[in-house]
Amino acid sequence: MSRIQESVIIRTIVRIMVPFIELFALYVIMHGASGPGGGFQGGVIFGAAIILYTMIYGIAEGKKKMSDSLDRILASTGLTIYAATGLICIVCGGMFLQYRAVPLLPDPAEVSKYLIDLVEIGIGITVLAVMISLFFDVSPPESEPEEAEE
Amino acid sequence: MKTLALFVVVITGAMLIYAGHDLPAFGDINSPSYQAPMTQYFINNSLEESGVTNIVTALLASYRGYDTLGETAVIFTAGMAVMLLLRRRER
Repeated sequence: MSRIQESVIIRTIVRIMVPFIELFALYVIMHGASGPGGGFQGGVIFGAAIILYTMIYGIAEGKKKMSDSLDRILASTGLTIYAATGLICIVCGGMFLQYRAVPLLPDPAEVSKYLIDLVEIGIGITVLAVMISLFFDVSPPESEPEEAEE
Repeated sequence: MKTLALFVVVITGAMLIYAGHDLPAFGDINSPSYQAPMTQYFINNSLEESGVTNIVTALLASYRGYDTLGETAVIFTAGMAVMLLLRRRER
């Protein structure tokens, strides 16, 4: 437990900032279709928010937010969303990932827009889960005393 | 050894800066990448075909969506590999 982790200022600022960083990450993911952004960038920002929280509050607190099993489930869920979107297009009579073939709305371009958003969400979920799991995997083992919490 | 590394970095950087002068100017309408037929096709048709106003996203998720699926799979596989190799068994 280093001195920087005991600083009240840093702990308070991180606790206030993390929800805003997560909100910004969701904005970047959802904004990918109409401006700069997308699943990869938004996922990395979301992962960075959790990593920042873990750096200041310790690995044990971070794993309460994002446990190992949740990590694994999310990482595979994102990829499954992406692949399932492609397969839905095949089921509806198009080619793999041919979004226009899905008859959800009268305008095929509109369907394509929403399915691209869905695909971006899938990318974001996978990227954020992998980012956090990489951070947990390379972090030092849990030997530090945890009495400074709370 | 450090001098050698610095030498390599400086030489490589100088080469890159020298080569950078030959790049087309930002937004140059005569640059080869802008004049390419595929670029013109994407600028003209990506909005009607994919429904998104961001051409980069239209390319990433629609025109080469299969490639992006592979990229996501690569990230997933890398994460799983690190998890298998480095996860400590301490439960």
